[in-house]
Amino acid sequence: MKVTVNGEPRELPEDASVADAVASVTAARTGVAAALNGEVVRRSAWETTALRDDDRLEVLTAVQGG
Amino acid sequence: MSDPLVIAGEELGSRLIMGTGGAPSMRVLREALTASGTELTTVAMRRVDPAARGSVLDVLAECGIRVLPNTAGCFTAGEAVLTAKLAREALGTDWVKLEVIADERTLLPDPIELVEAAEQLVDDGFVVLPYTNDDPVLAHRLEQIGCAAVMPLGSPIGSGLGIRNPHNIELIVERAGVPVILDAGLGTASDAALAMELGCDAVLLATAVTRAQHPARMAAAMRHAVEGGRLARLAGRIPKRRYAQASSPFEGLATS
Repeated sequence: MKVTVNGEPRELPEDASVADAVASVTAARTGVAAALNGEVVRRSAWETTALRDDDRLEVLTAVQGG
Repeated sequence: MSDPLVIAGEELGSRLIMGTGGAPSMRVLREALTASGTELTTVAMRRVDPAARGSVLDVLAECGIRVLPNTAGCFTAGEAVLTAKLAREALGTDWVKLEVIADERTLLPDPIELVEAAEQLVDDGFVVLPYTNDDPVLAHRLEQIGCAAVMPLGSPIGSGLGIRNPHNIELIVERAGVPVILDAGLGTASDAALAMELGCDAVLLATAVTRAQHPARMAAAMRHAVEGGRLARLAGRIPKRRYAQASSPFEGLATS
């Protein structure tokens, strides 16, 4: 399955979840949030939210700014 | 004298809100934040960087400073709303510094997108602190929408030009029923003192400290300036006069 994670194309197993995709870019579990196709996915739903071909996932954290 | 800043019913002991952008290292940032005495500090939300070492969140946690996520870099209401929602999920706070800019050269707020985003976020239960133009009409609109404070700019972000339109800031303060936080453009301590003397409830700054030659020293200067300006405002300054008014009596002078 081909998905886009933080703007980069990524190949993931067919049964991959949001949690799997997040784990592919960061080991952090706090201070991180994910949006799937423009909608926030609550952390409690990461494991149970399945990905589909061509999904776009954004994984954000806090950085210096403002 | 206890004189807390109250935003959305929550008390903050310091009227200096800090940003974290521009600090050359986490060590320098930690020293500056500590010297500033701030209790509320902004961070930006960005894609995770697998190579990043050390988190600004760790620094804030160590210093016991509350985090205020911003929506810096967003050009549309849609981007800002999504960023605010991601920040709420990542950081567990419904406070947001709402920033919707019009272009990269001036970084000035886009008032149309700003109002649209503020409406959506207030409806969604956020405590919205909007970075706004120094426009009394727009500031009032943002308050009417339900924003918990208004944060007019002194001058463009990072410019260090100070408060270019003190009269507008005074007009915003006169009319506001929510805290007014002077945000952006301050260059040095006298700018922060002026903001408070004009009646602002707090000051938000980053670059003036983080890019100063000695960030921790400038942070301390800003802390004192904010406290001094606040005290001066509460004390009530003397009216300005066209001519001198002697402070020593003329009676009883020796004659030659």
